[in-house]
Amino acid sequence: MNSISDVSELSAQLADLGTRLNAEATAAESLAALDEVRVRYLGKSGQITALLKQLGRLPPEARPKAGQTINQAKTEAQQQLEQQRHRLEAAALEARLSGERVDVTLPGCGQRPGGLHPVTRTMNRIGQLFASAGFETAEGPEVEDDYHNFEALNIPAEHPARAMHDTFYFPDGRLLRTHTSPVQIRVMENRQPPLRIIAPGRVYRCDSDLTHTPMFHQVEGFLVDEQATFADLKGVLYEFLRHFFEQSDLSLRFRPSYFPFTEPSAEVDVQCVKCGGTGCRICKHSGWLEILGCGMIHPEVFRHVGIDTERFQGYAFGMGVERLAMLRYGVDDLRLFFDNDLRFLAQFA
Amino acid sequence: MQLSEAWLREWVDPPIDTQTLTDQLSMAGLEVDAVAPVAPDFSGVFIGQVLSIDPHPNAAKLRLCQVETGTGEPLQIICGAANVAAQQRVPVAVIGARLPGDFKIKKAKLRGVESHGMICSAAELGLAEASEGILVLPEDAPLGHDFRTWMQLDDHSIDLDLTPDRGDCLSLAGVAREVGVLNRLPLSGPNFHPIAPESEERWPLSVTATAACPQYLCRLVRDLDPNARTPMWMQERLRRCGLRAISPVVDVTNYVLLELGQPLHAFDAERLQGPIQVRFAHEGEPLTLLNEEQIKLHPDALVIADDSGAIALAGIMGGASTAVTEHTRHILFESAFFAPLAIAGRARRYGLHTDASHRFERGVDPELQARAIERATALLLAITGGTPGPLVTARAEAEQPQRPPILLRLERIPRLLGITLEAAEVEDILTRLGLTLTNTDDGWRVQVPGHRFDLRREADLIAELGRIYGYDRIPPSRAQSSTHMSVPREADFDLDQARAQLIARGYFEAITYSFISPSLHALIEPEAQALALSNPISTELSSMRSSLWPGLLQTAQQNLARQQTRVRLFETGLRFRIQPGGELEQEPMLAALAIGDLFPEQWGHSAQPVDFYHLKSDLEALLTLTGRRQEISLTPATHPALHPGQCARIERAGTELGWIGMLHPSLAKQLDLPAASYLFELRLHQLADGRIPAFSPLSKFPSIRRDLALLVASDTPYAAIEASACAAAGDWLRDLLVFDVYAGENIGSERKSIALGLILQAKSQTLTDQDVEDAVARVLARLEQDLGAKLRS
Repeated sequence: MNSISDVSELSAQLADLGTRLNAEATAAESLAALDEVRVRYLGKSGQITALLKQLGRLPPEARPKAGQTINQAKTEAQQQLEQQRHRLEAAALEARLSGERVDVTLPGCGQRPGGLHPVTRTMNRIGQLFASAGFETAEGPEVEDDYHNFEALNIPAEHPARAMHDTFYFPDGRLLRTHTSPVQIRVMENRQPPLRIIAPGRVYRCDSDLTHTPMFHQVEGFLVDEQATFADLKGVLYEFLRHFFEQSDLSLRFRPSYFPFTEPSAEVDVQCVKCGGTGCRICKHSGWLEILGCGMIHPEVFRHVGIDTERFQGYAFGMGVERLAMLRYGVDDLRLFFDNDLRFLAQFA
Repeated sequence: MQLSEAWLREWVDPPIDTQTLTDQLSMAGLEVDAVAPVAPDFSGVFIGQVLSIDPHPNAAKLRLCQVETGTGEPLQIICGAANVAAQQRVPVAVIGARLPGDFKIKKAKLRGVESHGMICSAAELGLAEASEGILVLPEDAPLGHDFRTWMQLDDHSIDLDLTPDRGDCLSLAGVAREVGVLNRLPLSGPNFHPIAPESEERWPLSVTATAACPQYLCRLVRDLDPNARTPMWMQERLRRCGLRAISPVVDVTNYVLLELGQPLHAFDAERLQGPIQVRFAHEGEPLTLLNEEQIKLHPDALVIADDSGAIALAGIMGGASTAVTEHTRHILFESAFFAPLAIAGRARRYGLHTDASHRFERGVDPELQARAIERATALLLAITGGTPGPLVTARAEAEQPQRPPILLRLERIPRLLGITLEAAEVEDILTRLGLTLTNTDDGWRVQVPGHRFDLRREADLIAELGRIYGYDRIPPSRAQSSTHMSVPREADFDLDQARAQLIARGYFEAITYSFISPSLHALIEPEAQALALSNPISTELSSMRSSLWPGLLQTAQQNLARQQTRVRLFETGLRFRIQPGGELEQEPMLAALAIGDLFPEQWGHSAQPVDFYHLKSDLEALLTLTGRRQEISLTPATHPALHPGQCARIERAGTELGWIGMLHPSLAKQLDLPAASYLFELRLHQLADGRIPAFSPLSKFPSIRRDLALLVASDTPYAAIEASACAAAGDWLRDLLVFDVYAGENIGSERKSIALGLILQAKSQTLTDQDVEDAVARVLARLEQDLGAKLRS
């Protein structure tokens, strides 16, 4: 180590040391190498430290100035080292993170969800729409008696309408309900108006071919109140079907029809949701799809459950869930609903 | 009901096209099912006359016909039909004609002789399925006229799907009446004249069942010409209405049935023995029907009888012994009114459904019988000739259908329909429908005509007003919303949530039939008595399910057969069980099934087959929804469908909530399912009484965990360890978890190691080390005392 004799010489040496330190620090490729640079210059026996130790050899009047110069150089050296340490740390972090990169396009791990059956999905949707209009859900037994399935609905024995209900019977005379309408009777037997009810569920007909399954689903709905008119019935069904199909301009057609438990009765056609009414295979080129039956509750039905027809009136409607599901989701074979093929069910997940 | 549009338009002819007419019918409640042309397209067919017939020089079966088609220049046409004869009027397809199937008629040479056209059969013109020989036209068919035009073949068969209340529309006259009402047009049906009897011969008649048969008319017609044939116009009309021509007598009865809606019957008078009697059958009385079917009658069956016994099932079908045949020369016509309730359901009981029963069940106009028999007699005489006898009538005045007037109140109309009709409009509509109105203080007293069996009440009349006014003209209204709120109780089991849980856990919802095969039932629930259908679709679908498992297992089978290896399914719905007392219980259930790997095949997890504990975790997710999971336990038990070592009854306070377990391996083998098939089933009503969350304050003090590795006998249930540990740890125990279970050689085969984590926390203090040590010591002592548990060193 060169000894210093005056301040200018000291400055020159410090400048030289600073330049070398800069070069070495910049060249250091690891924190360890950088620390070695620090020790070389600022360590106990480092070169800048050594200069400081020689301060005593200078004349006393030069010492403050020299001390200041050395300390300044020392600070600069420390800043340089710190700067380089940041550089190396950032590089190290970057290197680590790039090693932790994942393939974000690989599929996720763990359980994959199943799904609701499309019939349930459809019934839930119908239920939600009617719930928003104040209808509550009711249920009833599937093994029914003749009274609730037929008699109380104004379908006496030998009525021609019975021939249209291919009924499953049990040896004791009970039967599998052929429609969800008996729930109407069961609710009205136990409660007084006002009533706003929908009754979804399984129903059964002794019939099995391409377009019939021996079990299917219906949703029955009815309202009994002091005020209830056919116009109200039309209103609620317009509202429901337009929301169900999410077509705000969907046309409906109310055709006079006959059900023993309503008077007047109507069948409701919607403008074909597939072709928009221009005619296609789905609507058999008529532009219309028969979608539900409805009417004003028949006075005989009210008589059976003891509701005063002078004070109360009501309407009722019933629809086939599979039919609505087929139209909504484009399913072309009724029997698929009961095959429960996972490849089919997965399409509704 | 199928009818010819041209025939309908003879009665009433509104100035609207076919499409508008059929739309009008549909919108009036007479739903048009189909509209079909009565004949396919063809052209170039004219009415010709066969002038002469000569043998073909080169073919034995062909003949050379000279045919005049009105041009004055006879055509030489070769014809192979056996029935061709000189002087016949026939349909001739001339050169250039196009026949159905785009068959073009060209000049042809047949065995060396030229043929300039074709004499057509009905089948070749699309007027019949099959024909024997050419179509021979009546002698008065106008020579040279276009055949299609003359036959009015540009006509449509309209198929109406009538509702059971509209029996009045089961005839041309009935539909015409509706069309007349809708278009404000009068009807112009055929004129009816009573037939003047030409003999005094009255067939003796005795009606004892007068309530069931308030009116019975008959007439003898003797000396019919057995060679007479039904005229083509009548055959053609029958065809367009879906009926086949058979013989003049049968065709005439069918024609009048179509035209007026009155079912008629004709007996072969020579085969009748003694007076006609209308009575109820004797128990077991035999009758051979027209279709040769032999039936034994019930006493509620109304019959027509003679001295030999029952000869016809009244209003349903005639008997074989008195049926008209091709040799019949004398007939007895029957035209009766049978009360709907006397006929309803009887045909079905004998497996029959006829045009007659269809109409009588729904109601035939009680004022129609005389008109119909007069019409039939006139039509028959015109065809077969004969000597008509006088009309014999048995009419029970007291039993005539009563039609009490209906009171209609004007203010009820808007109350039901939601629209206001002016009194004048009400009167107009009802009068057009043939109803008679007299004014009352608040409306009308309405008399309904005999043919409208469906109009009995005020509501029926209001419905008619709506129907004729037009349902589509009633504006849909936005009814006021209800202020009545109805939401389920919070403590109720939320099935939608349960479904969502299962779906999140990889299950698909299935919907299977509620009826299953009895053999599957016997395999899975041999102890439950099955409810069997009397009239199942098939044996495979004949037993009501007493569990949801059979349906899920079958669905799993089918999916495995379709190359699925992982099946997770659930279903909700009723199970049907006959209780020990004989009562039927219909109980809502939720069942789930899991087969295959826990996760779908994926790169991040190695395949792990689903096991009991995975399924239990899914079950617990559902039980948690009740808020009472701590109260629910799984008790080892046996179930005939489940593996005896992996089976538990799910219980709460002694009540069975359901079952969980592995499918019994021998059952798995029989059902061709993997051994590792897991199932559970829950009784939803038993879960209904859930717990609403109740807040307890959070502790501000730290919690401390101590882990214990215990050695216990290998058959010690965890529930016992848990119970002892909880009892000993007291209120400080905030949580107890099992973080390892080990069984293996290191600890011997009679023991297992269970590692517990005790999480301790007090509500009002920080637990000291001494507190914790004391608590752990208590737990250990208790476990040792109760279960012989030791700390694993």
